[in-house]
Amino acid sequence: MGDPATKTVYPYIPNSVPAIKADMLAEVGAATSDELYDVIPTSIRLDRLLQLPEPLLSEYDLRRHVEELLASNRPTSEVLSFLGGGCWPHFVPAVCDEIASRGEFLTGYHDGERSMLGSYQAQFEFQSMIGELTGMQMVSTTTYDWGTAAASSLIMAAQLTGRHEVLLPRTISPTRLRQIRTICGPTMTIHLVDYERSTGTLDPSALSARLSTDTAAVYLEVPSYLGFLEPRAPEIAELAHAQGAILVVGVDPSSLGVLTGPGGYGADIVCGDLQPLGIHMSYGGGQAGFIATPHEERYIATCPTLLVSILPTEHEGEYVFEWVNFEHISYGLRAESHDFAGTAQTIWAIVAGVYLSLMGPQGMRDLGETIMQRGAYARSRLSEITNIVTPVFDAPHFKEFVVNFEGTSKSVAEINAALRERGIYGGKDLTTEFPELGTSALYCVTEIHRKQDIDRLVAALAEVLR
Amino acid sequence: MIARHGEKVALKERFHQAAWQEKLVMELGRPGRRGVLVPDAGDDIRARAGDVLAGTPESLRRRELPNLPEMSQPEVVRHYTRLSQMVLANNVAVNLGLGTTTMKYNPLVNEFLSRSPKLAELHPDQDDSTVQGILELIYRFGGMLAEISGMDRFTFQPAGGSQGILANALMMRAYHASRGEADQRDEVITTIFSHPANAAAPATIGFKVVTLYPGPDGIPELEALKAAVGPRTAGLMMTNPEDTGIFNPRVAEYVRVVHEAGGLCAYDQANANGILGVTRARDAGFDMCQFNLHKTFSVPHGCMGGAVGATGVREALVPFLPAPTVEFDGSRYYLDADRPASVGAIRSGLGNVQSVLKAYAWVVSLGAEGLREAAHMAVLNNNYLVGRVTAIPGASLSFGKDNPTRRLEQARYSWEGLTADTGVHTMDVHNRMIDYGVQGYFSSHHPWLVPEPFTLEPAESYSQEDLDEFAAVLERVAEEAHSNPELVKTAPHNSTAGASVPGAEAHPAMTWRAFLDVQGQGAE
Amino acid sequence: MPIRVGLIVNPIAGMGGSVGLKGTDGPAVVRRARELGAMPRAAGRAAAALDEVAQADIEFELLTCAGAMGEDSALACDLHPSIVYRAASSDTSGDDTRGAAQAMIAEGVGLIVFAGGDGTARDVFEAVHDSVPVVAIPAGVKIHSAVFAVNPRAAGDLVVGVLRGRISRTREAEVMDVDEAAYRDGRLSTRLYGYLRVPDDARLVQAGKVRSRSEDSAADDLALAVVDTMEPETIYIVGPGTTTRRIARHLGLDSTLLGVDVVRDGQMLALDVGERQLLDLLEQNRRARIIVTPIGGQGYLFGRGNQQISGRVVRAAGIENVVVVATPAKLASLGGRPLLVDTDDEELNRTLAGFATVTTGKGRRSVYPVEFPRGTS
Repeated sequence: MGDPATKTVYPYIPNSVPAIKADMLAEVGAATSDELYDVIPTSIRLDRLLQLPEPLLSEYDLRRHVEELLASNRPTSEVLSFLGGGCWPHFVPAVCDEIASRGEFLTGYHDGERSMLGSYQAQFEFQSMIGELTGMQMVSTTTYDWGTAAASSLIMAAQLTGRHEVLLPRTISPTRLRQIRTICGPTMTIHLVDYERSTGTLDPSALSARLSTDTAAVYLEVPSYLGFLEPRAPEIAELAHAQGAILVVGVDPSSLGVLTGPGGYGADIVCGDLQPLGIHMSYGGGQAGFIATPHEERYIATCPTLLVSILPTEHEGEYVFEWVNFEHISYGLRAESHDFAGTAQTIWAIVAGVYLSLMGPQGMRDLGETIMQRGAYARSRLSEITNIVTPVFDAPHFKEFVVNFEGTSKSVAEINAALRERGIYGGKDLTTEFPELGTSALYCVTEIHRKQDIDRLVAALAEVLR
Repeated sequence: MIARHGEKVALKERFHQAAWQEKLVMELGRPGRRGVLVPDAGDDIRARAGDVLAGTPESLRRRELPNLPEMSQPEVVRHYTRLSQMVLANNVAVNLGLGTTTMKYNPLVNEFLSRSPKLAELHPDQDDSTVQGILELIYRFGGMLAEISGMDRFTFQPAGGSQGILANALMMRAYHASRGEADQRDEVITTIFSHPANAAAPATIGFKVVTLYPGPDGIPELEALKAAVGPRTAGLMMTNPEDTGIFNPRVAEYVRVVHEAGGLCAYDQANANGILGVTRARDAGFDMCQFNLHKTFSVPHGCMGGAVGATGVREALVPFLPAPTVEFDGSRYYLDADRPASVGAIRSGLGNVQSVLKAYAWVVSLGAEGLREAAHMAVLNNNYLVGRVTAIPGASLSFGKDNPTRRLEQARYSWEGLTADTGVHTMDVHNRMIDYGVQGYFSSHHPWLVPEPFTLEPAESYSQEDLDEFAAVLERVAEEAHSNPELVKTAPHNSTAGASVPGAEAHPAMTWRAFLDVQGQGAE
Repeated sequence: MPIRVGLIVNPIAGMGGSVGLKGTDGPAVVRRARELGAMPRAAGRAAAALDEVAQADIEFELLTCAGAMGEDSALACDLHPSIVYRAASSDTSGDDTRGAAQAMIAEGVGLIVFAGGDGTARDVFEAVHDSVPVVAIPAGVKIHSAVFAVNPRAAGDLVVGVLRGRISRTREAEVMDVDEAAYRDGRLSTRLYGYLRVPDDARLVQAGKVRSRSEDSAADDLALAVVDTMEPETIYIVGPGTTTRRIARHLGLDSTLLGVDVVRDGQMLALDVGERQLLDLLEQNRRARIIVTPIGGQGYLFGRGNQQISGRVVRAAGIENVVVVATPAKLASLGGRPLLVDTDDEELNRTLAGFATVTTGKGRRSVYPVEFPRGTS
């Protein structure tokens, strides 16, 4: 069996101590651990060691290695960034980081209403807070991101209406569009509806032309991916409802301190992303989606995620919380999804709940207001640069806005490369995905952008475009 | 039950979970309190911006502040810390009973590394030149998984096992569509023991699903598979070993049967922990596979950033992978979104990147020998536990009579004997276990084929003492089932809260406001 | 208000078995069994079930029959029932079972618990139909009905579940009966008698408070899936069973609950047909399908309760046109045992054996083993 002194003992494998392993092998009645695999025929057994790099057995060496690997990254904590587009830079309070790193929340799985009470309660509290923000009192457990939530909402709409066509605005996030095409495409027809060039908002006559008794849902984003607000949302809701279609609204929850919950203007299903609520960007790993609807049996029955409900106990004022799955009562598309993977994003729901508890009503309002103020300031200052146009859309904006560089002789790629040399990440290049907007970029301004940051951007752009 | 050297295993006779009777956050706080203040924009910005709220469209403007808690910061900290204490998580209690979930130690150094601003503050749309480090890590790890599985390329975009299975199903469809056979091949075959997603994910995208039931040895018969395949077969989705812990030694033949019918074979490697470095997807002939990084590869479950269904394919299927992929041109790493044959995007960006980092770090810290040791130890731990559990009167190993082969990394048992003798059911035992400070076990996916099931998976990071204690708890509860069945049936007794009122789940409420409405209607 | 539960014990059920007799129908057989020294088993099994209930310490009202028909078992568990029925003589019969059940219904019971075999189930069914759910304690020799709990303790557990409010749904279960005279002569002939409602204990197939689809709902969805696949100008021979009878309901048609019906182009072509009629219809129609579902607790596809679909009928329709339907829970309840075929054609049985493709839902199928029984059972 080899000299125990030379055998590696692994810190994560307590029984890898040779004496312990031998003891257990004896009890099990095997001479070596290889024997435990007798059921696997040799024809499919690997007869060599895997070809992997030499291990870094000490924690110190591992840390050095990974830190060196990541060292060349230039994160937004080192570079002033105006990138947004579905993943946004926001301030993360220390309390959120602390709770996010609690081992109990990190290493729990979901089993048993009383052995996991704390995580379920935190989940329910988060649901309740999103319910207040959106005006919808049936809130799902998390899905992977906004795009998955939107796709699931559209599938719900198809089940509820028995129809298979959905209408999306042409200004929809290209990533979310790809996701919807991938997940819904096999079973549904997707149409894009034109927008008014001046305001960016959905063209009601274009929408009416597309609406029919085949339409399961109309999908809207408020704010839009391109940052403007959709003032005709109630009218769009009416048009959709008149045809028996469902209105699905995708939201950025950081806007809901100053914007009304979509339930207030006729939305039937709300979806969105939790990332702005106290979650680090992590190169896109910080996303988490949610679905919210009115508290009605038909939505409960078709929601494709597990649902966590509050349950009173035998003691007055005491509650437990449990997964409750529901009968699918529709006989259309049977997305019979026992989708347990949704719980894997639960830690984000807990963190979002912590964030909302810290912020409170006034904090969410202050957040929304300061974001809008800083955005307005940025647009106003950028407009001083003669050959760029912003905002492109004549509408109120939240957090993001389109900047048009047609008047310059440079492409967005060139401009952004030049900005990078000055330690700035410019807005996302829209030129390929929205060619009708010409040479344009999407700029994001949040509460983390101070006056001097915005002034620095303006100065740098002015220099680059000279 | 004797542990070693004649010592009796000591149970936590006086264990009690933290029971904070912690109110809901909606019931806490006082009007006016603030937890954190938002940075002020300053006079200059305000002057330029004007009254932005008045500028929002009337139809969208919020008229009343949202009804959120108003708490000071210490109140928030105390509340959530208390909640965290009422969780029997893996860092706190033995969770080896959660079969198929592969609860193993989540190395803290990997948590620490993933929180580095060098990852945490990266924006997904940053120019490739500014994120070479993380791109290299992802690319390298893809290569490692390719070696571990024998597949040619991996994507980490699917953010969970179900999404990984969905990716497999989408690629199956795309492959057959590229050969003009998508309409003809509309059936996916799976087994009843597989995760429900193996049926649900294909069904979501329009496949018909054929389910194979096991024979007396716990394995679907080859003849059943032959009866199921045909010109309509798109592919097979199987797990091996199944949740029973039983390995199908003829898996290569099964794959051949499906290939001969023109279908593809996808390997759901949810139960890979016991076979890492022992047998590979490629060697059995599979065309694609998916690993749960949050199971096998030590990424935590409640994770900061969630799960990853790492999906691998053979070369012929690479064009269909979800986009973007991470590529290397010899000198730099870059994202390739220009992939016309791609099935599209399942999740935004590259998925849960921080989880990929943790999995990479875990593999790098172990190397090939360490992975093999992890797999061997997982199987040894499990077989050690099988011996102890099957010695408990009333407990039996599922399919034990007709399939005496060793179970691999997990095993499904039945309390059928105990229930017949005492009337105590498996979920009663589950509820009583936690009174002794161990997390309750996993029963089985639905519907139960094995009666009164429980499925245990120790993995490699529990100690021999943990295994002994867990088995001793089960033995004790089985004894109580005989001597005091009511005690077991009304458990838990030392927990965080009381039992829910029977029938309450008939009136569910997912928010506090909905709950108050339901109560107000006197629905109870 | 505490729930009212009725208890009926068939004191002579199960006596024949231990002395090698097949069942206890008829006074002559009962006397013979007593002479052979058999002790009444049913009373003991009923007490075992009631013990579960007594230990659970729940407030409820127990109504039962005097003496051996229930009172004895209740008192043995320290329960204090009200007596609502007295048998005229100690030689009890099916009339007594029916009379007791009727008395209990008149008293407003919410649940009837009975101990006996298929014969007792048949008698209870005749009085109760689906007006009140039942819990059946197995105490007979022949158990073909699907209504019975696995054992007395499980039956008691079901009662506790209902009384505690944990089980709030019911599902249908077949009542089968065997032709006694034929049985003793070595011929096995079962009949589907009807459907009783039993508590639907989700806990037998999954964990926790998961409020999943009820069995009724699953059967409905399955029937609908079948209707969706029906083709024009094709006759569908629909066998009896909880799932298959919903097919007619989805088409908006009346059907025989227990017999074989024939549907074509959304219309009922013939109700409650026999073998002769089926053969005639098959001659007149080029395209045909036979839809069957496992009946009773043993998993028989052919030969128990649907003998009209004989070997000749199957051959005339074509073996490839047999469609098997079953909900996933039904398959799971077989516990790994195969489906069984027992037509009057041994050669056909051998051909049918192997694997059946079972439709379990819309777009969902399972491949499940099928065998034919060797020897009577």
